[in-house]
Amino acid sequence: MARSNEPLWWSLFSAGGVVSAFLMPITLVVTAVAVPWGWITVEGFRELMQNPLVRIYCFVLISLSMFHWAHRFRHTVSEPSEKGMATLGTIVCYGSAIVVSVLAAVFVVVRSW
Amino acid sequence: METKQNKSKEYMRPMPTNWWLKRTNYLLFIVRETTCVFVGLYAIYLLILAMLRDEPDSFAAWLQSPTLIVLQIVALPFLLFHSITWINLTPKVLVVWRGEERVPPSLIAAAHFGGWLIVSLIIFWIAFQYG
Repeated sequence: MARSNEPLWWSLFSAGGVVSAFLMPITLVVTAVAVPWGWITVEGFRELMQNPLVRIYCFVLISLSMFHWAHRFRHTVSEPSEKGMATLGTIVCYGSAIVVSVLAAVFVVVRSW
Repeated sequence: METKQNKSKEYMRPMPTNWWLKRTNYLLFIVRETTCVFVGLYAIYLLILAMLRDEPDSFAAWLQSPTLIVLQIVALPFLLFHSITWINLTPKVLVVWRGEERVPPSLIAAAHFGGWLIVSLIIFWIAFQYG
Protein backbone atom coordinates (compact mmCIF):
# COMPACT_ATOMS: atom_id res chain seq x y z
CA MET A 1 0.00 0.00 0.00
CA ALA A 2 1.24 3.45 -0.90
CA ARG A 3 2.25 5.70 1.94
CA SER A 4 -0.28 8.40 2.67
CA ASN A 5 0.33 11.81 4.20
CA GLU A 6 -3.29 11.86 5.40
CA PRO A 7 -2.39 11.12 9.08
CA LEU A 8 -0.30 14.33 9.22
CA TRP A 9 -3.14 16.52 7.89
CA TRP A 10 -5.65 14.75 10.11
CA SER A 11 -3.49 15.34 13.22
CA LEU A 12 -3.19 19.04 12.42
CA PHE A 13 -6.96 19.21 11.77
CA SER A 14 -7.65 17.57 15.11
CA ALA A 15 -5.19 19.75 17.05
CA GLY A 16 -6.67 22.82 15.36
CA GLY A 17 -10.17 21.65 16.25
CA VAL A 18 -9.27 21.45 19.93
CA VAL A 19 -7.40 24.77 20.04
CA SER A 20 -10.07 26.70 18.12
CA ALA A 21 -12.91 25.13 20.13
CA PHE A 22 -11.38 26.13 23.47
CA LEU A 23 -9.69 29.46 22.67
CA MET A 24 -11.34 31.10 19.68
CA PRO A 25 -14.79 32.12 21.00
CA ILE A 26 -13.39 34.02 24.00
CA THR A 27 -10.68 35.63 21.85
CA LEU A 28 -13.42 36.85 19.50
CA VAL A 29 -15.46 38.15 22.45
CA VAL A 30 -12.41 40.20 23.50
CA THR A 31 -11.74 41.67 20.02
CA ALA A 32 -15.37 42.13 18.89
CA VAL A 33 -17.19 42.94 22.15
CA ALA A 34 -14.90 43.87 25.05
CA VAL A 35 -12.65 46.30 23.16
CA PRO A 36 -15.26 48.06 20.94
CA TRP A 37 -17.57 48.47 23.95
CA GLY A 38 -14.76 50.01 25.98
CA TRP A 39 -14.40 47.32 28.68
CA ILE A 40 -10.78 47.08 27.53
CA THR A 41 -8.94 50.08 26.04
CA VAL A 42 -7.39 49.83 22.56
CA GLU A 43 -3.98 50.91 23.86
CA GLY A 44 -4.12 48.45 26.76
CA PHE A 45 -5.04 45.67 24.36
CA ARG A 46 -2.21 46.65 21.99
CA GLU A 47 0.21 46.44 24.90
CA LEU A 48 -1.11 42.96 25.67
CA MET A 49 -0.59 41.90 22.04
CA GLN A 50 3.10 42.85 22.38
CA ASN A 51 3.67 40.38 25.21
CA PRO A 52 5.85 37.47 23.92
CA LEU A 53 3.60 34.81 25.49
CA VAL A 54 0.49 36.36 23.92
CA ARG A 55 2.27 36.42 20.56
CA ILE A 56 3.01 32.69 20.88
CA TYR A 57 -0.64 32.14 21.87
CA CYS A 58 -1.71 33.99 18.70
CA PHE A 59 0.69 31.96 16.55
CA VAL A 60 -0.61 28.63 17.88
CA LEU A 61 -4.24 29.71 17.49
CA ILE A 62 -3.74 31.14 13.98
CA SER A 63 -1.62 28.30 12.59
CA LEU A 64 -3.55 25.30 13.92
CA SER A 65 -6.91 26.93 13.13
CA MET A 66 -5.83 27.37 9.52
CA PHE A 67 -4.87 23.68 9.27
CA HIS A 68 -8.23 22.80 10.84
CA TRP A 69 -10.02 24.89 8.21
CA ALA A 70 -7.90 23.50 5.34
CA HIS A 71 -8.61 19.85 6.13
CA ARG A 72 -12.29 20.18 6.95
CA PHE A 73 -13.04 22.45 3.99
CA ARG A 74 -11.14 20.16 1.64
CA HIS A 75 -13.07 17.12 2.78
CA THR A 76 -16.49 18.81 2.82
CA VAL A 77 -16.25 20.42 -0.60
CA SER A 78 -14.90 17.33 -2.33
CA GLU A 79 -13.52 14.02 -1.21
CA PRO A 80 -9.86 13.54 -2.18
CA SER A 81 -9.44 11.41 -5.29
CA GLU A 82 -8.98 7.72 -4.71
CA LYS A 83 -5.38 7.80 -5.92
CA GLY A 84 -4.68 10.54 -3.39
CA MET A 85 -3.59 12.92 -6.11
CA ALA A 86 -2.72 16.46 -5.15
CA THR A 87 -5.48 18.40 -6.81
CA LEU A 88 -5.60 22.18 -7.10
CA GLY A 89 -8.04 22.38 -4.18
CA THR A 90 -5.70 20.42 -1.93
CA ILE A 91 -2.78 22.68 -2.80
CA VAL A 92 -4.84 25.86 -2.23
CA CYS A 93 -6.19 24.64 1.15
CA TYR A 94 -3.04 23.24 2.75
CA GLY A 95 -0.84 25.73 0.92
CA SER A 96 -2.64 28.75 2.36
CA ALA A 97 -2.47 27.20 5.84
CA ILE A 98 1.30 26.82 5.44
CA VAL A 99 1.70 30.39 4.11
CA VAL A 100 -0.34 31.88 6.98
CA SER A 101 1.65 29.80 9.51
CA VAL A 102 4.95 31.09 8.12
CA LEU A 103 3.67 34.69 8.17
CA ALA A 104 2.52 34.26 11.78
CA ALA A 105 5.82 32.66 12.82
CA VAL A 106 7.87 35.47 11.29
CA PHE A 107 5.75 38.58 11.88
CA VAL A 108 3.94 37.65 15.07
CA VAL A 109 6.51 35.61 17.00
CA VAL A 110 9.96 36.60 15.68
CA ARG A 111 9.87 40.24 14.63
CA SER A 112 7.76 43.25 13.80
CA TRP A 113 5.99 43.68 10.45
CA MET B 1 -14.31 0.02 -4.44
CA GLU B 2 -15.45 0.35 -8.06
CA THR B 3 -13.20 2.81 -9.81
CA LYS B 4 -13.94 2.19 -13.49
CA GLN B 5 -16.78 3.82 -15.38
CA ASN B 6 -19.95 1.76 -15.40
CA LYS B 7 -20.73 0.63 -18.89
CA SER B 8 -23.69 -1.48 -17.85
CA LYS B 9 -27.01 0.15 -17.07
CA GLU B 10 -26.56 -0.10 -13.34
CA TYR B 11 -28.85 1.93 -11.12
CA MET B 12 -27.15 5.13 -9.96
CA ARG B 13 -28.67 6.63 -6.85
CA PRO B 14 -29.54 10.24 -7.64
CA MET B 15 -27.85 12.85 -5.45
CA PRO B 16 -29.54 16.23 -5.80
CA THR B 17 -27.44 19.27 -4.89
CA ASN B 18 -29.90 20.26 -2.18
CA TRP B 19 -29.68 16.87 -0.41
CA TRP B 20 -28.53 18.59 2.78
CA LEU B 21 -31.78 20.57 3.08
CA LYS B 22 -33.94 17.44 3.21
CA ARG B 23 -33.37 16.51 6.85
CA THR B 24 -32.47 18.43 9.98
CA ASN B 25 -29.57 16.05 10.67
CA TYR B 26 -28.11 16.62 7.20
CA LEU B 27 -28.46 20.38 7.67
CA LEU B 28 -26.74 20.28 11.08
CA PHE B 29 -23.92 18.25 9.53
CA ILE B 30 -23.37 20.88 6.83
CA VAL B 31 -23.56 23.72 9.38
CA ARG B 32 -20.98 21.91 11.52
CA GLU B 33 -18.64 21.52 8.55
CA THR B 34 -19.23 25.16 7.55
CA THR B 35 -17.99 26.41 10.93
CA CYS B 36 -14.44 25.78 9.66
CA VAL B 37 -14.79 28.70 7.23
CA PHE B 38 -15.39 31.08 10.14
CA VAL B 39 -12.52 29.51 12.09
CA GLY B 40 -10.21 30.15 9.12
CA LEU B 41 -11.45 33.71 8.54
CA TYR B 42 -11.03 34.66 12.19
CA ALA B 43 -7.49 33.21 12.13
CA ILE B 44 -6.65 35.57 9.26
CA TYR B 45 -8.27 38.50 11.10
CA LEU B 46 -6.15 37.72 14.17
CA LEU B 47 -2.99 37.36 12.06
CA ILE B 48 -3.44 40.87 10.63
CA LEU B 49 -4.31 42.29 14.07
CA ALA B 50 -1.19 40.73 15.63
CA MET B 51 0.98 41.95 12.76
CA LEU B 52 -0.21 45.54 13.33
CA ARG B 53 0.70 45.52 17.04
CA ASP B 54 3.55 48.06 16.59
CA GLU B 55 1.51 50.52 14.53
CA PRO B 56 -1.00 52.20 16.88
CA ASP B 57 -3.14 53.89 14.20
CA SER B 58 -3.53 50.88 11.89
CA PHE B 59 -4.07 48.62 14.91
CA ALA B 60 -6.91 50.80 16.23
CA ALA B 61 -8.48 51.13 12.78
CA TRP B 62 -8.45 47.36 12.22
CA LEU B 63 -9.82 46.66 15.69
CA GLN B 64 -12.57 49.30 15.53
CA SER B 65 -13.76 48.79 11.95
CA PRO B 66 -17.59 48.48 12.17
CA THR B 67 -17.66 46.04 9.24
CA LEU B 68 -15.16 43.72 10.90
CA ILE B 69 -17.01 43.92 14.23
CA VAL B 70 -20.31 42.96 12.55
CA LEU B 71 -18.61 40.07 10.70
CA GLN B 72 -17.17 38.80 13.96
CA ILE B 73 -20.57 38.94 15.66
CA VAL B 74 -21.96 36.92 12.73
CA ALA B 75 -19.10 34.41 13.13
CA LEU B 76 -19.59 33.97 16.90
CA PRO B 77 -22.59 31.54 16.75
CA PHE B 78 -20.68 29.39 14.25
CA LEU B 79 -17.60 29.32 16.50
CA LEU B 80 -19.78 28.34 19.46
CA PHE B 81 -21.44 25.61 17.37
CA HIS B 82 -17.97 24.30 16.49
CA SER B 83 -16.94 24.28 20.17
CA ILE B 84 -20.13 22.51 21.28
CA THR B 85 -20.08 19.84 18.55
CA TRP B 86 -16.33 19.29 19.06
CA ILE B 87 -16.63 18.87 22.83
CA ASN B 88 -19.63 16.58 22.37
CA LEU B 89 -17.29 14.22 20.47
CA THR B 90 -14.73 13.99 23.30
CA PRO B 91 -16.40 10.94 24.98
CA LYS B 92 -16.05 9.01 21.68
CA VAL B 93 -12.29 9.64 21.66
CA LEU B 94 -11.67 9.41 25.40
CA VAL B 95 -13.00 6.20 26.89
CA VAL B 96 -12.06 6.19 30.58
CA TRP B 97 -12.45 3.21 32.91
CA ARG B 98 -12.65 3.45 36.67
CA GLY B 99 -11.92 -0.14 37.69
CA GLU B 100 -14.57 -2.28 35.99
CA GLU B 101 -16.89 0.63 35.35
CA ARG B 102 -16.79 2.93 32.40
CA VAL B 103 -16.85 6.61 33.32
CA PRO B 104 -20.15 7.88 31.82
CA PRO B 105 -19.67 9.66 28.44
CA SER B 106 -21.78 12.58 29.66
CA LEU B 107 -19.31 13.15 32.52
CA ILE B 108 -16.35 13.26 30.11
CA ALA B 109 -18.14 15.84 27.95
CA ALA B 110 -19.23 17.83 31.03
CA ALA B 111 -15.61 17.96 32.26
CA HIS B 112 -14.54 19.40 28.91
CA PHE B 113 -17.35 21.96 28.92
CA GLY B 114 -16.21 22.96 32.42
CA GLY B 115 -12.62 23.23 31.23
CA TRP B 116 -13.72 25.37 28.27
CA LEU B 117 -15.54 27.74 30.64
CA ILE B 118 -12.57 28.04 33.01
CA VAL B 119 -10.05 28.61 30.19
CA SER B 120 -12.35 31.27 28.70
CA LEU B 121 -12.72 33.06 32.04
CA ILE B 122 -8.94 33.05 32.60
CA ILE B 123 -8.27 34.50 29.11
CA PHE B 124 -10.90 37.18 29.59
CA TRP B 125 -9.53 38.03 33.03
CA ILE B 126 -5.97 38.41 31.66
CA ALA B 127 -7.21 40.68 28.83
CA PHE B 128 -9.26 42.68 31.33
CA GLN B 129 -6.18 43.27 33.54
CA TYR B 130 -4.47 45.08 30.65
CA GLY B 131 -7.46 47.23 29.76
